[in-house]
Amino acid sequence: MTKSQLIQVLANSNPHLFQRDVERIVNTIFDEIAKALEAGDRVEMRGFGTFSLRRRAARTGRNPRTGDAVSVPEKSLPFFKTGKELREKLNTH
Amino acid sequence: MAGKTITRADLSEAIYREVGLSRNESAALVEMVLGEITNALSKGQPVKISSFGSFSVREKAQRVGRNLKTGEAVPILPRRVLVFRASHVLKGQVNDAGSKAQTES
Repeated sequence: MTKSQLIQVLANSNPHLFQRDVERIVNTIFDEIAKALEAGDRVEMRGFGTFSLRRRAARTGRNPRTGDAVSVPEKSLPFFKTGKELREKLNTH
Repeated sequence: MAGKTITRADLSEAIYREVGLSRNESAALVEMVLGEITNALSKGQPVKISSFGSFSVREKAQRVGRNLKTGEAVPILPRRVLVFRASHVLKGQVNDAGSKAQTES
């Protein structure tokens, strides 16, 4: 499912809303999550999961083509931990 | 390091503010969005949100685990796990912030 399909499904089940509002709703949710992570905050949605940042320490990497050592600075990566309910739903075949 | 936690309530507040729906309806829509994503994933379908990231379901095979207390071997049954991969856009966004936080501390 892509974002536009998600918007379509929600628009169909909410005929009282304009499609462009549904679009804004979906975009607002993901923008808020992104903004929170950008600020270093975590986003916790009980039953669904939690977004947080994981730090990666600086390391010396290698240019795979030339084999030269390059220093890779410390960075953060977004991380998602699946919530309990969602995890259970994935496994009810 | 900022240590705030954003919850569903903050997301629905943002919808209330940005889109102008009632607070109740905003909350209901947050639920619906998460519900549809859950739905697709539980059918094994990946969910791709452009410029944010993608959620995909990975099948794990059965393997032998161990009860750490008793040391006996216990089979870990085959199961499905969820993997989130952040898009390049999101990774970039987060790292501008990360380097800032680093210099501040």
